[in-house]
Amino acid sequence: MRHTIAVLVKDHPGVLTRVASLFNRRGFNIESMAVGHTSEKDISRMTIVVGGDERVLEQIIKQLNKLIDTVRVKDIDPDLSVQRELALIKVKTSSLVIRSEIIQTVDIFRAKVVDVNSKIITIETTGTEDKIDALLELLKPFGIEEVVRTGKIAISRGINTVRLPKN
Amino acid sequence: MKLSGAEIVVKCLEKEGVEVVFGIPGGAIMPLYDAMHRMASFKNILTKHEQGAIHAADGYARVTGKVGICIATSGPGATNLVTGLANAHLDSIPIVAFTGQVSTNLLGTDGFQEVDISGISIPITKNNYIVRDVNELASIIKEAFHIARTGRPGPVLIDLPKDVQFARTDFEYPRKDKFLGYQPSIKGNDKQIKSAAQEILKSKKPVIYAGGGVISSNASVELKELAFKANIPVTTTLMGIGSFPENHLLSLGMLGMHGTYYANSAIQNADLIIALGTRFDDRVTGKLTEFGLKAKIIHIDIDPAEIGKNILVDIPIVGDLKKILQKLNKQVTEKNEKEWLKTIKELKNKYPLTYIKNEELKPQYILEKVYDAVGGDAIIVTSVGQHQMWAAQFFQYTQPRTFVTSGGLGTMGFGLPAAIGAKVGCPKKNIICISGDGSFQMNIQEIATALNNNLPIILILMNNGYLGMVRQWQELFFERRYAKTTLNGNPDFIKLVEAYGGTGIRVTSKKEVMPSLKKALSSKGFILLDCIIPKEENVYPMVAPGGSITEMLGVNGK
Repeated sequence: MRHTIAVLVKDHPGVLTRVASLFNRRGFNIESMAVGHTSEKDISRMTIVVGGDERVLEQIIKQLNKLIDTVRVKDIDPDLSVQRELALIKVKTSSLVIRSEIIQTVDIFRAKVVDVNSKIITIETTGTEDKIDALLELLKPFGIEEVVRTGKIAISRGINTVRLPKN
Repeated sequence: MKLSGAEIVVKCLEKEGVEVVFGIPGGAIMPLYDAMHRMASFKNILTKHEQGAIHAADGYARVTGKVGICIATSGPGATNLVTGLANAHLDSIPIVAFTGQVSTNLLGTDGFQEVDISGISIPITKNNYIVRDVNELASIIKEAFHIARTGRPGPVLIDLPKDVQFARTDFEYPRKDKFLGYQPSIKGNDKQIKSAAQEILKSKKPVIYAGGGVISSNASVELKELAFKANIPVTTTLMGIGSFPENHLLSLGMLGMHGTYYANSAIQNADLIIALGTRFDDRVTGKLTEFGLKAKIIHIDIDPAEIGKNILVDIPIVGDLKKILQKLNKQVTEKNEKEWLKTIKELKNKYPLTYIKNEELKPQYILEKVYDAVGGDAIIVTSVGQHQMWAAQFFQYTQPRTFVTSGGLGTMGFGLPAAIGAKVGCPKKNIICISGDGSFQMNIQEIATALNNNLPIILILMNNGYLGMVRQWQELFFERRYAKTTLNGNPDFIKLVEAYGGTGIRVTSKKEVMPSLKKALSSKGFILLDCIIPKEENVYPMVAPGGSITEMLGVNGK
């Protein structure tokens, strides 16, 4: 079972180490982690995807809450949220024909070509993990040179928010 | 008026009411030592090793309930604190540790005596800080004290680069600490408390399992009120010893690996286990899947992460034990489960805690005599091993904060420095350190600290020439192959203590015990009783490794 957890943390040096160290020591397996600033000053948001049953999830949330730099922790329900990942993919293009085939695939997925030369085409795509996996699968026969993925980020649908506690 | 960072530390410690610090100076912490030398109103005790300093701060914190302070320099000074931090972390003891650090411009360059102590100590501190700007120093110290002593207490480390100690700024100690995120739950959920009260009233075979949390939240009075009102037998963990008077009829003594058979048996037969400030450690539960199977479990703890960590519980309550017990006690009416109490009484009579009494100088006998000699009024401090378990078993504790021991980490060498801290914290109390010859030699240098500071501590050495607990396991589970547990080359401990300027008495027979103890109790300085005990005496009873807690060896002391 995979879970997506949103964690608001104080933007201190070392906060990433604290979180990573906690996951490592308690044997929780991080599948992906994305970190960035929020609209609040000095507060960062981590989106962590982890594997484990409900009991493991409960321990993870409690242990994260114990870190002094943690401000809020929330388990994001996949059915009630928008989840996205961004990937940049470099694919070999040995001929014009192949390049146009690749571009067709890119169009079907509503991805974007962001860089191109005679040998390589670089594609940007955003979407769910499944969509990115599917695109990669289709591009594989052309020869994927390099892939970089951001890891998942997630936001609840509707009025639910993961923000600073009031006061 | 502007103050230097080092002076600010001194001022902050004074504002926090610090009475004493333990530590050792060195290059990167010199500005702080200089400031303390010039202006500190608190005591500053020099130990002989940084590990001694932090264990002393730990012992001080355990007996007083206040925050213990230790100071070390950067690099090796800081790494020498690591064991002590882990020790305090596992036993939830409030400590603020200060370490020197290379100047901020050298951070990360592998400068002389530079070590990333903040990185090293992440998993063994409640929180830690590197102060990069002198303007943040006062608020960091304020925050550190608050974090160390509130919620589930624990050690906090503050790393002080040398230039920050020299840098000057205006000093103002923040009045209120603002915390985003850190808000320990205190009150406890009223609904849950009500269900707990109902379960207690319904139960026919209740037992209280009390841990170190009872002591750290000062909830002994409330625990007694609950037990007496509803006639519930009480067993304590090693950390909970002293939270309930062991001379009371309802006391079951300690449970777990070397607990009493009747305590373990009560747990296994109970229909309700009331777990207070405790964490279902493996040394307590034995085989987890067979622990307390007949019972519903109420678990009250300040740390939500302990709820459901090792064992699923029926009624969890998160908050301060004292506050919760006060509410709970109002809802629990008097009751008396006569059948259950009769069973308990029979178990206690049938399987008493005992040992083979003969002419030999048994450690258990020594502890009984220690109890007699002080009339039960002493603080017992131990190191780790067989002597620790005997001290837990054969001295009757009746007051909280009178048994000081390294529980979670099991740190050999804890005893002597912790006894120093205990004596500094409670100068009027008899401080008796029980140690083995293995443990003693892991911080033996602190004899000098005790003597330099005129601290009359009695150290009772259970000298069997072995790393006794390991030897016991080798005897029982490794076919008596005594791999490196024989302590060949032990010094003459009497001469050693005398070389430091202290007194030592060798005790080799039962008849020498009482006179030696009397002499020790009237001694004005550090005194060692080197007790030569039978070499292969074992700690019994004992839960066999991997077994459930009623599968015990040596139930009748043999």
